[in-house]
Amino acid sequence: MIEIKNLSKSFQTTGNTTTEVLKDISITIQNGDIYGIIGMSGAGKSTLVRCINMLERPTKGTVMIDGCDIGSLSKKELRQIRQNIAMIFQGFNLLMQRNCLKNICFPMELAGMKKTEAKKRALELLNMVGLPDKANAYPAQLSGGQQQRIAIARALATNPKILLCDEATSALDPKTTHSILELIRDINKRLNITVIIITHEMSVVEEICNHVAILDHGVVVEQGTVGSVFSNPKSTAAKRLVFPSGVYEVLRTNTKERCIRVVFHGALATGTPLIAQMAVKQNITANILFASTRCIGDKVYGNMLLGISDDDVVVNRAITYLQGIDNIVVEELGDNV
Amino acid sequence: MFNQESLAEAGQILLNEFPFAVWETLYVTMLATAFAILIGLPIGVLLVVGEKGSVLPFPKGIMYILNIIINLLRSVPFLILMILVLPLSRLIIGTTVGTVASIVPLVIAAFPFVARLVESSLRDVNPNIIEAAQSMGASPLQIVVKVMLPESLPSLLSNATIAITTILGYSAMSGIIGGGGLGQIAINYGYYRYRYLVMIAAVILLIILVQIFQSLGTFLAKKCDKRLKRKR
Repeated sequence: MIEIKNLSKSFQTTGNTTTEVLKDISITIQNGDIYGIIGMSGAGKSTLVRCINMLERPTKGTVMIDGCDIGSLSKKELRQIRQNIAMIFQGFNLLMQRNCLKNICFPMELAGMKKTEAKKRALELLNMVGLPDKANAYPAQLSGGQQQRIAIARALATNPKILLCDEATSALDPKTTHSILELIRDINKRLNITVIIITHEMSVVEEICNHVAILDHGVVVEQGTVGSVFSNPKSTAAKRLVFPSGVYEVLRTNTKERCIRVVFHGALATGTPLIAQMAVKQNITANILFASTRCIGDKVYGNMLLGISDDDVVVNRAITYLQGIDNIVVEELGDNV
Repeated sequence: MFNQESLAEAGQILLNEFPFAVWETLYVTMLATAFAILIGLPIGVLLVVGEKGSVLPFPKGIMYILNIIINLLRSVPFLILMILVLPLSRLIIGTTVGTVASIVPLVIAAFPFVARLVESSLRDVNPNIIEAAQSMGASPLQIVVKVMLPESLPSLLSNATIAITTILGYSAMSGIIGGGGLGQIAINYGYYRYRYLVMIAAVILLIILVQIFQSLGTFLAKKCDKRLKRKR
Protein backbone atom coordinates (compact mmCIF):
# COMPACT_ATOMS: atom_id res chain seq x y z
CA MET A 1 0.00 0.00 0.00
CA ILE A 2 1.25 3.48 -0.85
CA GLU A 3 0.15 6.21 1.51
CA ILE A 4 0.91 9.79 0.60
CA LYS A 5 0.14 11.94 3.61
CA ASN A 6 -0.14 15.73 3.68
CA LEU A 7 2.59 16.04 1.11
CA SER A 8 3.72 19.51 0.03
CA LYS A 9 6.55 20.53 -2.23
CA SER A 10 7.88 23.98 -2.91
CA PHE A 11 10.66 25.06 -5.21
CA GLN A 12 13.00 27.94 -4.61
CA THR A 13 12.67 30.25 -7.57
CA THR A 14 14.92 33.17 -8.40
CA GLY A 15 15.37 35.53 -5.55
CA ASN A 16 13.91 34.37 -2.29
CA THR A 17 10.43 33.54 -3.48
CA THR A 18 9.18 29.98 -3.35
CA THR A 19 6.51 28.41 -5.50
CA GLU A 20 4.40 25.75 -3.93
CA VAL A 21 3.90 23.08 -6.58
CA LEU A 22 2.09 20.56 -4.41
CA LYS A 23 -0.18 21.47 -1.54
CA ASP A 24 -1.17 19.10 1.23
CA ILE A 25 -1.70 16.02 -0.90
CA SER A 26 -3.07 12.85 0.64
CA ILE A 27 -3.64 9.79 -1.50
CA THR A 28 -3.83 6.12 -0.57
CA ILE A 29 -3.17 3.51 -3.21
CA GLN A 30 -3.94 -0.15 -2.57
CA ASN A 31 -1.64 -2.95 -3.66
CA GLY A 32 -2.46 -4.26 -7.12
CA ASP A 33 -4.45 -1.18 -8.07
CA ILE A 34 -4.08 0.87 -11.23
CA TYR A 35 -4.25 4.43 -10.01
CA GLY A 36 -4.44 7.41 -12.32
CA ILE A 37 -3.25 10.88 -11.45
CA ILE A 38 -4.55 13.31 -14.01
CA GLY A 39 -4.20 17.03 -14.46
CA MET A 40 -3.41 19.74 -16.95
CA SER A 41 0.23 20.47 -17.65
CA GLY A 42 1.74 22.39 -14.77
CA ALA A 43 -0.61 20.84 -12.24
CA GLY A 44 2.30 19.14 -10.45
CA LYS A 45 1.72 15.54 -11.55
CA SER A 46 5.30 14.82 -12.49
CA THR A 47 6.61 16.31 -9.25
CA LEU A 48 4.12 14.22 -7.28
CA VAL A 49 5.18 10.98 -8.93
CA ARG A 50 8.84 11.85 -8.33
CA CYS A 51 8.07 12.27 -4.64
CA ILE A 52 6.96 8.64 -4.54
CA ASN A 53 10.50 7.42 -5.26
CA MET A 54 12.17 10.47 -3.71
CA LEU A 55 13.67 11.74 -6.94
CA GLU A 56 12.14 14.90 -5.51
CA ARG A 57 12.20 15.38 -1.77
CA PRO A 58 8.85 16.57 -0.43
CA THR A 59 9.06 19.76 1.62
CA LYS A 60 6.43 18.50 4.02
CA GLY A 61 4.52 15.28 4.54
CA THR A 62 5.40 11.62 4.17
CA VAL A 63 5.30 8.82 1.64
CA MET A 64 4.80 5.39 3.18
CA ILE A 65 5.27 2.26 1.09
CA ASP A 66 4.05 -0.88 2.85
CA GLY A 67 4.45 0.90 6.16
CA CYS A 68 7.97 2.16 5.47
CA ASP A 69 8.52 5.93 5.51
CA ILE A 70 10.81 6.20 2.50
CA GLY A 71 11.63 9.84 3.18
CA SER A 72 13.53 8.77 6.28
CA LEU A 73 15.75 6.21 4.53
CA SER A 74 19.49 6.68 4.06
CA LYS A 75 20.80 7.19 0.54
CA LYS A 76 21.90 3.58 0.34
CA GLU A 77 18.60 2.20 1.64
CA LEU A 78 16.76 4.46 -0.79
CA ARG A 79 18.76 3.07 -3.73
CA GLN A 80 17.86 -0.39 -2.52
CA ILE A 81 14.15 0.34 -2.31
CA ARG A 82 14.14 2.06 -5.72
CA GLN A 83 14.74 -1.34 -7.25
CA ASN A 84 11.20 -2.12 -6.10
CA ILE A 85 9.74 1.04 -7.60
CA ALA A 86 10.26 1.00 -11.34
CA MET A 87 9.51 3.98 -13.52
CA ILE A 88 8.79 4.55 -17.20
CA PHE A 89 8.84 7.91 -18.90
CA GLN A 90 7.33 9.94 -21.71
CA GLY A 91 10.69 10.06 -23.49
CA PHE A 92 11.44 6.35 -22.85
CA ASN A 93 14.93 7.30 -21.58
CA LEU A 94 16.71 4.25 -22.88
CA LEU A 95 20.49 4.22 -23.00
CA MET A 96 21.09 5.14 -26.62
CA GLN A 97 24.54 3.56 -26.81
CA ARG A 98 23.39 0.16 -25.55
CA ASN A 99 21.38 -2.37 -27.45
CA CYS A 100 17.97 -3.48 -26.18
CA LEU A 101 19.22 -6.57 -24.39
CA LYS A 102 21.86 -4.57 -22.52
CA ASN A 103 19.32 -1.87 -21.73
CA ILE A 104 17.14 -4.45 -20.03
CA CYS A 105 20.20 -5.88 -18.26
CA PHE A 106 21.10 -2.41 -16.96
CA PRO A 107 19.04 -2.35 -13.72
CA MET A 108 20.13 -5.93 -12.97
CA GLU A 109 23.73 -4.86 -13.52
CA LEU A 110 23.19 -2.04 -11.02
CA ALA A 111 21.78 -4.52 -8.55
CA GLY A 112 24.84 -6.71 -8.97
CA MET A 113 23.19 -9.68 -10.63
CA LYS A 114 25.35 -12.22 -12.50
CA LYS A 115 25.73 -11.47 -16.20
CA THR A 116 24.48 -14.81 -17.50
CA GLU A 117 21.48 -14.72 -15.18
CA ALA A 118 20.66 -11.14 -16.17
CA LYS A 119 20.86 -12.03 -19.85
CA LYS A 120 18.51 -14.96 -19.39
CA ARG A 121 15.97 -12.81 -17.61
CA ALA A 122 16.32 -10.03 -20.19
CA LEU A 123 15.50 -12.48 -22.98
CA GLU A 124 12.42 -13.63 -21.07
CA LEU A 125 11.31 -10.03 -20.65
CA LEU A 126 11.87 -9.30 -24.33
CA ASN A 127 9.51 -12.15 -25.04
CA MET A 128 6.99 -10.84 -22.56
CA VAL A 129 6.82 -7.40 -24.16
CA GLY A 130 6.55 -9.00 -27.59
CA LEU A 131 9.91 -8.01 -29.06
CA PRO A 132 11.99 -11.20 -28.92
CA ASP A 133 13.78 -10.35 -32.16
CA LYS A 134 15.04 -6.94 -31.02
CA ALA A 135 17.71 -8.09 -28.56
CA ASN A 136 20.58 -6.73 -30.65
CA ALA A 137 18.80 -3.67 -32.04
CA TYR A 138 19.69 -0.21 -30.73
CA PRO A 139 16.95 2.12 -29.43
CA ALA A 140 17.44 4.51 -32.37
CA GLN A 141 16.37 1.69 -34.67
CA LEU A 142 13.03 1.21 -32.93
CA SER A 143 9.71 3.04 -33.15
CA GLY A 144 8.38 4.94 -30.14
CA GLY A 145 6.03 2.16 -29.15
CA GLN A 146 8.79 -0.42 -29.38
CA GLN A 147 11.11 1.76 -27.31
CA GLN A 148 8.46 2.05 -24.62
CA ARG A 149 8.08 -1.74 -24.63
CA ILE A 150 11.81 -2.09 -24.07
CA ALA A 151 11.56 0.51 -21.29
CA ILE A 152 8.76 -1.53 -19.69
CA ALA A 153 10.85 -4.70 -19.93
CA ARG A 154 13.73 -2.82 -18.32
CA ALA A 155 11.43 -1.55 -15.57
CA LEU A 156 10.27 -5.07 -14.79
CA ALA A 157 13.78 -6.53 -14.69
CA THR A 158 14.25 -6.21 -10.93
CA ASN A 159 10.78 -7.61 -10.11
CA PRO A 160 9.38 -4.34 -8.80
CA LYS A 161 6.24 -4.08 -6.70
CA ILE A 162 5.29 -0.69 -8.07
CA LEU A 163 5.38 0.73 -11.58
CA LEU A 164 5.29 4.49 -11.99
CA CYS A 165 4.29 5.69 -15.45
CA ASP A 166 5.12 9.33 -16.05
CA GLU A 167 3.16 10.34 -19.17
CA ALA A 168 4.28 7.01 -20.61
CA THR A 169 1.93 7.16 -23.59
CA SER A 170 1.89 10.90 -24.25
CA ALA A 171 4.44 10.68 -27.07
CA LEU A 172 2.64 7.84 -28.81
CA ASP A 173 -0.20 7.71 -31.34
CA PRO A 174 -3.63 6.46 -30.18
CA LYS A 175 -3.20 2.93 -31.52
CA THR A 176 0.22 2.46 -29.95
CA THR A 177 -1.06 4.05 -26.74
CA HIS A 178 -3.76 1.43 -26.65
CA SER A 179 -1.33 -1.45 -27.11
CA ILE A 180 1.04 -0.10 -24.44
CA LEU A 181 -1.88 0.30 -22.00
CA GLU A 182 -2.93 -3.29 -22.78
CA LEU A 183 0.58 -4.40 -21.91
CA ILE A 184 0.54 -2.45 -18.65
CA ARG A 185 -2.84 -3.89 -17.71
CA ASP A 186 -1.59 -7.37 -18.52
CA ILE A 187 1.48 -6.84 -16.33
CA ASN A 188 -0.69 -5.52 -13.52
CA LYS A 189 -2.91 -8.59 -13.64
CA ARG A 190 -0.22 -11.19 -14.17
CA LEU A 191 2.43 -9.92 -11.77
CA ASN A 192 0.14 -8.07 -9.38
CA ILE A 193 2.21 -4.91 -9.68
CA THR A 194 0.71 -1.69 -8.38
CA VAL A 195 0.61 0.80 -11.24
CA ILE A 196 0.47 4.56 -10.92
CA ILE A 197 -0.29 6.40 -14.13
CA ILE A 198 0.39 10.06 -14.60
CA THR A 199 -1.34 11.53 -17.59
CA HIS A 200 -3.13 14.52 -19.00
CA GLU A 201 -5.29 12.36 -21.24
CA MET A 202 -8.70 11.38 -19.98
CA SER A 203 -8.86 8.47 -22.39
CA VAL A 204 -5.87 6.82 -20.71
CA VAL A 205 -7.53 6.94 -17.30
CA GLU A 206 -10.81 5.69 -18.74
CA GLU A 207 -9.16 2.80 -20.44
CA ILE A 208 -7.02 1.38 -17.71
CA CYS A 209 -7.38 2.95 -14.24
CA ASN A 210 -9.52 1.76 -11.34
CA HIS A 211 -9.07 4.85 -9.23
CA VAL A 212 -8.22 8.38 -10.15
CA ALA A 213 -7.10 11.57 -8.45
CA ILE A 214 -7.51 14.89 -10.21
CA LEU A 215 -4.75 17.35 -9.61
CA ASP A 216 -5.24 21.04 -10.21
CA HIS A 217 -2.64 23.67 -9.37
CA GLY A 218 -0.98 21.34 -6.89
CA VAL A 219 -4.16 20.34 -5.08
CA VAL A 220 -6.08 17.09 -5.27
CA VAL A 221 -9.53 18.40 -6.14
CA GLU A 222 -11.25 15.06 -6.52
CA GLN A 223 -10.47 11.39 -6.02
CA GLY A 224 -12.31 8.11 -6.09
CA THR A 225 -13.18 5.31 -8.46
CA VAL A 226 -12.94 6.31 -12.08
CA GLY A 227 -16.67 5.62 -12.57
CA SER A 228 -17.78 7.92 -9.79
CA VAL A 229 -15.47 10.77 -10.74
CA PHE A 230 -16.38 10.54 -14.40
CA SER A 231 -20.10 10.25 -14.01
CA ASN A 232 -20.35 13.01 -11.48
CA PRO A 233 -17.43 15.41 -11.67
CA LYS A 234 -17.83 18.07 -9.02
CA SER A 235 -14.83 20.36 -9.34
CA THR A 236 -14.23 22.72 -12.21
CA ALA A 237 -10.95 21.02 -13.02
CA ALA A 238 -12.62 17.62 -13.16
CA LYS A 239 -15.37 18.91 -15.40
CA ARG A 240 -12.84 20.52 -17.69
CA LEU A 241 -11.11 17.16 -18.04
CA VAL A 242 -14.21 15.01 -18.40
CA PHE A 243 -15.98 17.16 -20.94
CA PRO A 244 -14.31 18.23 -24.13
CA SER A 245 -12.94 21.72 -24.01
CA GLY A 246 -14.68 24.49 -25.80
CA VAL A 247 -18.16 22.94 -25.74
CA TYR A 248 -19.43 25.15 -22.94
CA GLU A 249 -17.93 28.32 -24.23
CA VAL A 250 -19.73 27.84 -27.51
CA LEU A 251 -22.99 26.77 -25.88
CA ARG A 252 -23.04 29.75 -23.53
CA THR A 253 -23.75 32.04 -26.44
CA ASN A 254 -27.32 30.76 -26.71
CA THR A 255 -28.95 32.54 -23.80
CA LYS A 256 -32.52 31.57 -24.60
CA GLU A 257 -31.91 28.07 -23.30
CA ARG A 258 -30.98 26.67 -19.93
CA CYS A 259 -28.51 23.83 -19.69
CA ILE A 260 -29.13 20.56 -17.91
CA ARG A 261 -26.55 17.86 -17.63
CA VAL A 262 -27.77 14.27 -17.56
CA VAL A 263 -25.33 11.49 -16.66
CA PHE A 264 -26.24 7.84 -17.21
CA HIS A 265 -24.71 5.08 -15.12
CA GLY A 266 -24.57 1.70 -16.70
CA ALA A 267 -26.08 0.08 -19.74
CA LEU A 268 -29.58 0.04 -18.27
CA ALA A 269 -29.81 3.80 -18.17
CA THR A 270 -28.29 4.23 -21.62
CA GLY A 271 -30.99 1.95 -22.98
CA THR A 272 -33.80 4.27 -21.91
CA PRO A 273 -35.35 6.47 -24.62
CA LEU A 274 -35.20 9.36 -22.24
CA ILE A 275 -35.73 12.41 -24.41
CA ALA A 276 -38.62 10.85 -26.28
CA GLN A 277 -40.30 9.82 -23.05
CA MET A 278 -39.88 13.27 -21.59
CA ALA A 279 -41.43 14.80 -24.69
CA VAL A 280 -44.35 12.39 -24.70
CA LYS A 281 -45.08 12.17 -20.98
CA GLN A 282 -44.12 15.64 -19.76
CA ASN A 283 -44.53 17.54 -22.98
CA ILE A 284 -41.09 19.08 -22.57
CA THR A 285 -38.98 19.40 -25.68
CA ALA A 286 -35.29 19.20 -25.11
CA ASN A 287 -32.52 20.12 -27.44
CA ILE A 288 -29.48 17.83 -27.34
CA LEU A 289 -26.44 20.09 -27.21
CA PHE A 290 -23.82 17.48 -26.51
CA ALA A 291 -23.79 13.75 -25.93
CA SER A 292 -21.20 11.05 -25.48
CA THR A 293 -20.97 7.48 -24.30
CA ARG A 294 -17.83 5.91 -22.96
CA CYS A 295 -16.78 2.64 -21.43
CA ILE A 296 -14.99 2.76 -18.12
CA GLY A 297 -13.89 -0.64 -16.97
CA ASP A 298 -16.85 -2.87 -17.75
CA LYS A 299 -19.49 -0.18 -17.29
CA VAL A 300 -21.04 2.18 -19.79
CA TYR A 301 -21.39 5.84 -19.00
CA GLY A 302 -23.47 8.32 -20.96
CA ASN A 303 -23.27 12.02 -20.66
CA MET A 304 -25.67 14.47 -22.23
CA LEU A 305 -26.25 18.18 -22.22
CA LEU A 306 -29.83 19.25 -22.81
CA GLY A 307 -31.03 22.68 -23.74
CA ILE A 308 -34.46 23.54 -22.33
CA SER A 309 -36.40 26.76 -22.80
CA ASP A 310 -35.61 29.45 -20.26
CA ASP A 311 -38.58 28.94 -17.93
CA ASP A 312 -38.19 28.04 -14.24
CA VAL A 313 -41.30 25.88 -14.14
CA VAL A 314 -40.35 23.84 -17.19
CA VAL A 315 -36.75 23.39 -16.09
CA ASN A 316 -37.77 22.24 -12.60
CA ARG A 317 -40.30 19.82 -14.04
CA ALA A 318 -37.72 18.37 -16.35
CA ILE A 319 -35.22 17.93 -13.53
CA THR A 320 -37.77 16.31 -11.24
CA TYR A 321 -38.83 13.97 -13.99
CA LEU A 322 -35.30 12.93 -14.89
CA GLN A 323 -34.31 12.45 -11.26
CA GLY A 324 -37.12 9.96 -10.89
CA ILE A 325 -35.36 7.54 -13.23
CA ASP A 326 -32.84 5.05 -11.86
CA ASN A 327 -29.12 5.45 -12.45
CA ILE A 328 -29.39 8.96 -13.73
CA VAL A 329 -27.82 12.06 -12.25
CA VAL A 330 -29.21 15.43 -13.23
CA GLU A 331 -28.02 18.92 -12.52
CA GLU A 332 -28.59 22.31 -13.94
CA LEU A 333 -25.49 24.11 -15.04
CA GLY A 334 -24.89 27.61 -13.87
CA ASP A 335 -22.65 30.06 -15.60
CA ASN A 336 -19.49 28.50 -14.30
CA VAL A 337 -19.31 24.92 -15.46
CA MET B 1 64.94 29.50 -52.70
CA PHE B 2 64.17 26.80 -55.22
CA ASN B 3 67.66 26.48 -56.70
CA GLN B 4 69.29 23.12 -57.10
CA GLU B 5 71.55 23.56 -54.12
CA SER B 6 68.93 24.39 -51.53
CA LEU B 7 66.63 21.68 -52.85
CA ALA B 8 69.36 19.11 -52.44
CA GLU B 9 70.14 20.38 -48.98
CA ALA B 10 66.48 20.27 -47.94
CA GLY B 11 66.18 16.76 -49.35
CA GLN B 12 69.15 15.70 -47.31
CA ILE B 13 67.71 17.12 -44.09
CA LEU B 14 64.36 15.56 -44.91
CA LEU B 15 65.92 12.14 -45.19
CA ASN B 16 68.25 12.40 -42.22
CA GLU B 17 66.30 14.26 -39.60
CA PHE B 18 62.61 14.03 -40.41
CA PRO B 19 61.89 10.39 -39.60
CA PHE B 20 63.12 10.84 -36.05
CA ALA B 21 61.40 14.22 -35.75
CA VAL B 22 58.09 12.75 -36.79
CA TRP B 23 58.53 9.97 -34.27
CA GLU B 24 59.41 12.51 -31.55
CA THR B 25 56.40 14.63 -32.37
CA LEU B 26 54.07 11.64 -32.25
CA TYR B 27 55.64 10.35 -29.06
CA VAL B 28 55.41 13.70 -27.25
CA THR B 29 51.87 14.31 -28.49
CA MET B 30 50.60 10.88 -27.50
CA LEU B 31 52.23 10.88 -24.10
CA ALA B 32 51.14 14.44 -23.29
CA THR B 33 47.58 13.66 -24.44
CA ALA B 34 47.51 10.49 -22.35
CA PHE B 35 48.61 12.35 -19.21
CA ALA B 36 46.28 15.27 -19.95
CA ILE B 37 43.35 12.85 -20.23
CA LEU B 38 44.44 11.02 -17.09
CA ILE B 39 44.26 14.27 -15.13
CA GLY B 40 41.62 16.13 -17.14
CA LEU B 41 38.97 13.41 -17.38
CA PRO B 42 38.31 13.06 -13.63
CA ILE B 43 38.31 16.84 -13.25
CA GLY B 44 35.87 17.18 -16.13
CA VAL B 45 33.62 14.57 -14.55
CA LEU B 46 33.81 16.40 -11.23
CA LEU B 47 32.89 19.69 -12.91
CA VAL B 48 29.60 18.12 -14.02
CA VAL B 49 28.62 15.78 -11.20
CA GLY B 50 29.81 18.13 -8.45
CA GLU B 51 27.39 20.85 -9.45
CA LYS B 52 24.43 21.81 -7.33
CA GLY B 53 21.47 19.58 -8.17
CA SER B 54 23.61 17.06 -10.02
CA VAL B 55 24.51 13.49 -9.18
CA LEU B 56 27.09 14.12 -6.48
CA PRO B 57 26.96 17.76 -5.37
CA PHE B 58 30.22 19.12 -3.93
CA PRO B 59 30.52 22.14 -1.64
CA LYS B 60 30.02 25.31 -3.63
CA GLY B 61 33.42 26.68 -2.54
CA ILE B 62 35.36 23.72 -3.92
CA MET B 63 33.61 23.96 -7.27
CA TYR B 64 34.28 27.70 -7.37
CA ILE B 65 38.00 27.31 -6.68
CA LEU B 66 38.29 24.44 -9.17
CA ASN B 67 36.72 26.56 -11.88
CA ILE B 68 39.04 29.48 -11.11
CA ILE B 69 42.15 27.29 -11.26
CA ILE B 70 41.09 25.85 -14.62
CA ASN B 71 40.34 29.27 -16.03
CA LEU B 72 43.67 30.59 -14.77
CA LEU B 73 45.64 27.80 -16.43
CA ARG B 74 43.60 28.18 -19.61
CA SER B 75 44.25 31.90 -19.84
CA VAL B 76 48.07 31.76 -19.66
CA PRO B 77 49.45 31.74 -23.23
CA PHE B 78 51.31 28.50 -23.89
CA LEU B 79 54.53 30.28 -24.81
CA ILE B 80 54.64 31.90 -21.36
CA LEU B 81 53.36 28.82 -19.55
CA MET B 82 56.29 26.84 -20.94
CA ILE B 83 58.70 29.23 -19.23
CA LEU B 84 56.64 29.44 -16.02
CA VAL B 85 56.70 25.69 -15.47
CA LEU B 86 60.44 25.29 -16.06
CA PRO B 87 61.11 24.75 -12.32
CA LEU B 88 58.41 22.10 -12.26
CA SER B 89 59.97 20.31 -15.24
CA ARG B 90 63.31 20.31 -13.43
CA LEU B 91 61.62 18.88 -10.34
CA ILE B 92 59.81 16.08 -12.18
CA ILE B 93 62.13 15.18 -15.08
CA GLY B 94 65.42 16.50 -13.69
CA THR B 95 66.07 18.78 -16.66
CA THR B 96 64.34 21.65 -18.46
CA VAL B 97 65.50 20.95 -21.99
CA GLY B 98 64.81 18.12 -24.36
CA THR B 99 61.85 16.24 -25.65
CA VAL B 100 60.83 14.54 -22.42
CA ALA B 101 61.00 17.78 -20.46
CA SER B 102 58.62 19.43 -22.93
CA ILE B 103 55.91 16.98 -21.91
CA VAL B 104 55.48 18.73 -18.56
CA PRO B 105 54.32 22.12 -19.89
CA LEU B 106 52.24 20.34 -22.52
CA VAL B 107 50.36 18.39 -19.86
CA ILE B 108 49.93 21.46 -17.66
CA ALA B 109 48.52 23.40 -20.61
CA ALA B 110 46.35 20.58 -21.92
CA PHE B 111 44.69 19.04 -18.87
CA PRO B 112 42.47 22.07 -18.08
CA PHE B 113 41.50 22.15 -21.75
CA VAL B 114 40.69 18.43 -21.65
CA ALA B 115 38.69 18.95 -18.44
CA ARG B 116 36.56 21.58 -20.19
CA LEU B 117 36.05 19.34 -23.22
CA VAL B 118 34.99 16.44 -20.99
CA GLU B 119 32.67 18.79 -19.15
CA SER B 120 30.96 19.87 -22.35
CA SER B 121 30.62 16.26 -23.55
CA LEU B 122 29.06 15.10 -20.30
CA ARG B 123 26.68 18.04 -20.17
CA ASP B 124 25.20 16.83 -23.44
CA VAL B 125 24.04 13.58 -21.88
CA ASN B 126 20.24 13.64 -21.71
CA PRO B 127 19.42 14.47 -18.06
CA ASN B 128 16.30 12.32 -18.34
CA ILE B 129 18.45 9.25 -18.91
CA ILE B 130 20.42 10.08 -15.76
CA GLU B 131 17.16 10.51 -13.89
CA ALA B 132 16.01 7.12 -15.18
CA ALA B 133 19.21 5.54 -13.85
CA GLN B 134 18.64 7.23 -10.50
CA SER B 135 15.11 5.89 -10.43
CA MET B 136 16.58 2.40 -10.77
CA GLY B 137 18.78 2.95 -7.75
CA ALA B 138 22.10 3.72 -9.47
CA SER B 139 24.83 5.16 -7.25
CA PRO B 140 26.74 8.29 -8.34
CA LEU B 141 29.74 6.18 -9.36
CA GLN B 142 27.52 3.83 -11.38
CA ILE B 143 25.91 6.82 -13.09
CA VAL B 144 29.31 8.18 -14.12
CA VAL B 145 30.79 4.85 -15.23
CA LYS B 146 27.73 3.15 -16.70
CA VAL B 147 25.67 6.06 -17.98
CA MET B 148 27.47 9.37 -18.46
CA LEU B 149 30.75 8.16 -19.95
CA PRO B 150 29.34 5.44 -22.27
CA GLU B 151 26.46 7.67 -23.40
CA SER B 152 28.82 10.51 -24.28
CA LEU B 153 31.50 8.29 -25.84
CA PRO B 154 31.07 9.59 -29.42
CA SER B 155 31.29 13.17 -28.22
CA LEU B 156 34.26 12.32 -25.95
CA LEU B 157 36.05 10.77 -28.91
CA SER B 158 35.55 13.76 -31.18
CA ASN B 159 36.68 16.05 -28.35
CA ALA B 160 39.74 13.84 -27.79
CA THR B 161 40.53 14.47 -31.44
CA ILE B 162 40.33 18.20 -30.85
CA ALA B 163 42.61 17.80 -27.85
CA ILE B 164 45.20 15.73 -29.68
CA THR B 165 45.42 18.11 -32.65
CA THR B 166 45.75 21.08 -30.28
CA ILE B 167 48.47 19.32 -28.30
CA LEU B 168 50.23 18.50 -31.56
CA GLY B 169 50.30 22.22 -32.31
CA TYR B 170 51.58 23.03 -28.81
CA SER B 171 54.27 20.37 -29.12
CA ALA B 172 55.58 22.11 -32.21
CA MET B 173 55.75 25.33 -30.19
CA SER B 174 57.80 23.63 -27.52
CA GLY B 175 60.66 23.53 -30.04
CA ILE B 176 61.40 27.03 -28.68
CA ILE B 177 62.45 25.68 -25.27
CA GLY B 178 64.30 22.74 -26.71
CA GLY B 179 61.54 20.23 -27.11
CA GLY B 180 62.25 17.96 -30.06
CA GLY B 181 60.19 17.10 -33.08
CA LEU B 182 58.93 18.78 -36.23
CA GLY B 183 58.47 22.10 -34.45
CA GLN B 184 62.10 22.24 -33.47
CA ILE B 185 63.22 21.53 -37.01
CA ALA B 186 60.91 24.18 -38.42
CA ILE B 187 62.14 26.77 -35.94
CA ASN B 188 65.82 25.87 -36.12
CA TYR B 189 66.08 25.69 -39.89
CA GLY B 190 63.39 28.13 -40.89
CA TYR B 191 63.72 30.83 -38.24
CA TYR B 192 67.39 30.70 -37.25
CA ARG B 193 68.97 29.56 -40.50
CA TYR B 194 66.57 30.86 -43.16
CA ARG B 195 66.06 27.40 -44.68
CA TYR B 196 62.46 28.09 -45.65
CA LEU B 197 62.10 24.91 -47.68
CA VAL B 198 62.80 22.80 -44.62
CA MET B 199 60.33 24.80 -42.61
CA ILE B 200 57.65 24.38 -45.25
CA ALA B 201 58.28 20.63 -45.35
CA ALA B 202 57.94 20.45 -41.56
CA VAL B 203 54.70 22.41 -41.69
CA ILE B 204 53.34 20.15 -44.42
CA LEU B 205 54.13 17.12 -42.30
CA LEU B 206 52.35 18.70 -39.33
CA ILE B 207 49.33 19.35 -41.53
CA ILE B 208 49.33 15.73 -42.69
CA LEU B 209 49.53 14.50 -39.09
CA VAL B 210 46.59 16.70 -38.07
CA GLN B 211 44.60 15.43 -41.04
CA ILE B 212 45.30 11.83 -40.09
CA PHE B 213 44.34 12.34 -36.44
CA GLN B 214 41.21 14.25 -37.36
CA SER B 215 40.00 11.70 -39.92
CA LEU B 216 40.70 8.83 -37.57
CA GLY B 217 38.93 10.56 -34.69
CA THR B 218 35.88 11.46 -36.75
CA PHE B 219 35.71 7.93 -38.13
CA LEU B 220 35.84 6.36 -34.67
CA ALA B 221 33.35 8.80 -33.18
CA LYS B 222 30.88 8.09 -35.96
CA LYS B 223 31.44 4.38 -35.87
CA CYS B 224 30.78 4.00 -32.15
CA ASP B 225 27.68 6.22 -32.15
CA LYS B 226 24.67 3.90 -31.99
CA ARG B 227 22.25 6.79 -32.34
CA LEU B 228 23.14 7.12 -36.00
CA LYS B 229 22.36 3.52 -36.86
CA ARG B 230 19.14 3.41 -38.75
CA LYS B 231 16.90 0.44 -39.33
CA ARG B 232 18.64 -2.47 -40.99
